[in-house]
Amino acid sequence: MRVTIRLFARLRDLAGSGELVRDVPHPATVQTVWRTLVTEMPALGDYERTMSVAVNADYSRMTASVNEGDEVAFLPPVSGG
Amino acid sequence: MSVPLVAVTSQVLDLQALVDELAKTGSGDGAITPFVGLVRDHNQGRRVEYLEYEAYDALAVRALNRIVDEARQAWPDTRVAVHHRTGRLEIGEASIIIAAASPHRAHAFAACRYAIERVKQIVPIWKHEHFAGGDVWLEGATADPEDEVARATAYRIACA
Repeated sequence: MRVTIRLFARLRDLAGSGELVRDVPHPATVQTVWRTLVTEMPALGDYERTMSVAVNADYSRMTASVNEGDEVAFLPPVSGG
Repeated sequence: MSVPLVAVTSQVLDLQALVDELAKTGSGDGAITPFVGLVRDHNQGRRVEYLEYEAYDALAVRALNRIVDEARQAWPDTRVAVHHRTGRLEIGEASIIIAAASPHRAHAFAACRYAIERVKQIVPIWKHEHFAGGDVWLEGATADPEDEVARATAYRIACA
């Protein structure tokens, strides 16, 4: 099934794009999407310890399930204000 | 025209508009406390030239609304408004404005402080610092709105 991956800040720079569309096996979790991404781009892997994740613009967890067409975002530690 | 209490925008921030909006909708209020966050010219020993702010807009608005709700739970008579700017900002420009309105100044000050502490914890916005000789993405807190320790820390700082 197809999902949209959103990346921000340094993760976006490392990936070279802020939005990617990828096929992942079904059923999938956020973890499945992340593994797909890191297999393709190992340089992103270090962020697993510090990043946050979101599904359809709502904070989520690595164990959350992902459905066809979902937007899955990976967020480096934030620095707003 | 009414001003939204929460916004993520590339436009120049207007503190007076935010204060006016709170003032005109709260006849029981005795105080409004403003906070303005500015782009400063130095950071961690580097000479900063300008900042670029990037946001996950949809989630940032959601997180700001959550902060406004949290503040209302902590200080039920108090209303908080927050606007955060994105894009390129020069030294001295406002990156964030917050205003808190309350019948009592102590609650207004506390809610305002709480809001900025929570922004730094859970709002998906990032600073890309351009300094003399390079650039760097700043990374602070791992955002987790369910982290009660972080929330309690923000509350403690607000009430200090």
